Amino acid sequence: MDLTSLSVSDLRTRLVAREVSPVEVLEALETRIAQLDPKIHGYLFRDFDQARAEAEKADVNLPLGGVPIAVKDVINVAGQPCTCASKILRGYTAPYDATVIANLEAAGAIPFGRTNMDEFAMGSSTENSSLGPSFNPWDLARTPGGSSGGSAAVVAADLAFAALGSDTGGSIRQPAALCGIVGLKPSYGRVSRYGLVAFASSLDQIGPLTKTVADSALILNAIAGKDPRDSTSVDEKPVDFFPKTDADLKGVRIGVPKEYFVHESDPRVSAAVRGAIDQLGALGADLVEVSLPHTEYAVSAYYILATAEASANLARFDGVRYGRRAENAKNLLDQYGRTRDEGFGDEVKRRIILGTYVLSSGYYDAYYLRAQKVRTLIRNDFTNVFKQVDALVCPTSPEVAFKIGERSADPLRNYLADIFTIAANLAGICGISVPCGFAQSEESTQLPIGLQLLGPAFAEGTILRVAHAYERSTDWQRKPPVGQASSLSSE
Amino acid sequence: MNADFDVRYVAQLARLNLTPAEIETFQAQLSQVLQYVDKLSEVDVSTVEPTAHANPMSDVLRNDVAQTSLTVGEALANAPRQANDLFIVPKVIE
Repeated sequence: MDLTSLSVSDLRTRLVAREVSPVEVLEALETRIAQLDPKIHGYLFRDFDQARAEAEKADVNLPLGGVPIAVKDVINVAGQPCTCASKILRGYTAPYDATVIANLEAAGAIPFGRTNMDEFAMGSSTENSSLGPSFNPWDLARTPGGSSGGSAAVVAADLAFAALGSDTGGSIRQPAALCGIVGLKPSYGRVSRYGLVAFASSLDQIGPLTKTVADSALILNAIAGKDPRDSTSVDEKPVDFFPKTDADLKGVRIGVPKEYFVHESDPRVSAAVRGAIDQLGALGADLVEVSLPHTEYAVSAYYILATAEASANLARFDGVRYGRRAENAKNLLDQYGRTRDEGFGDEVKRRIILGTYVLSSGYYDAYYLRAQKVRTLIRNDFTNVFKQVDALVCPTSPEVAFKIGERSADPLRNYLADIFTIAANLAGICGISVPCGFAQSEESTQLPIGLQLLGPAFAEGTILRVAHAYERSTDWQRKPPVGQASSLSSE
Repeated sequence: MNADFDVRYVAQLARLNLTPAEIETFQAQLSQVLQYVDKLSEVDVSTVEPTAHANPMSDVLRNDVAQTSLTVGEALANAPRQANDLFIVPKVIE
């Protein structure tokens, strides 16, 4: 039995039935990782001995008992490194567990392995990692997307049953789309950010990358909830997000935002998404054309607000209390300046500079304050639209996975590709990406395409329901990336 | 709006000792980005309040009771240089 290809749900069924033990599960995973991760480079760190010790004590009666879960290298796990794929945190060992990790462990899961990412979550391809990129299991010459590219790649290649990522402008949803898996960004405040290394504090959320929608709900159940150590987390009554088994979507109103279809997406993406929309209609949903009039300003607002917040959040990396420190500094200012120039990669430096500028005296009103006002308008667009419909449908990304190295020199072009995911972070609403088709590349590899569903804040139940119904009515998900030219060989 | 964007000056504010090559590259790349984000000046925001937070909340308080935290040892464990329970840095005051 190929254990590693199981979903979390199916794995749990076998664990509970005692058909397989947590230690056997971990060993199967470790064998496959040793075999295939050298091609994927999804993992930056693994402590098999530590995980094995936890597996031996695992209680399979807990909701996620015995399930190993990979963790993006931006979330603190006590005793493990946390580098955010940056040189400036090389050697750092986390002194505490993030709340999501404590929650997963309380549910019986085993946080296992740390996955590759764009440095400090800044990027959409994982090429900004200081440790080299990860490779898309569907076509190893291409990126898995980012910034949670390592997490997406390991789940897609069955090198993890599920993984945690973080999403500030699309960093869970976009790599999920490019790797053909499910990625959920919870509503802002749904999941505690305590222990997540902050990029943009008003935009960041931790969320699951999984093989199925039901798995996404299982993980969300474990990690969601108010945390006294994160004052932005919300006191919502505990809800079981697991989708009901209703097969159809009768009575569900789904909006198609017209501004998201005016944009020039790859025609293969547009065709697949149109097909998926028709499928939602066939499942009984009412499809309504709607408008989000401030869509064209979302990328601009985001790259002012997120970089401003990042410039403040990354000020702590100064070589004083943790991380790398430059040698032979002349004085304290020189230590700061050289530590940071040597420790940060180019994209991080660009964003810090941009963020510092838009907050600086004389420019704050014209940039930062104005962007905050545009953010209000973007938020209002969604509030208005959600009076007419229950959810929105659109592409996750305007493009499919691109070749490694193709984009590195053009920051602005990379920013513009975030067009469909970014507004959800500005508005604080929830969004999920699910597979909806493939594009054939010139090299005859199959490149996954993602469908995105957006829901009102705290309405994860709605988008999980729609996503689950869609997933069950198609077979896009779980076509494993085997037997492809320049991808993984089947075994 | 961005005629006086000077990477060297901003990098100083951000405590980044950029190399001359970085200054030149970033000046060009970020000028392009600033030109793009100037789009926001098209929007009429005269009657709009700013949103600082995705989910506005206020007065999130807890009781003023001391709770466990990192020990001194844990807090110093990642320090590049430490002594006497202190983080050691280059001299600040002459």
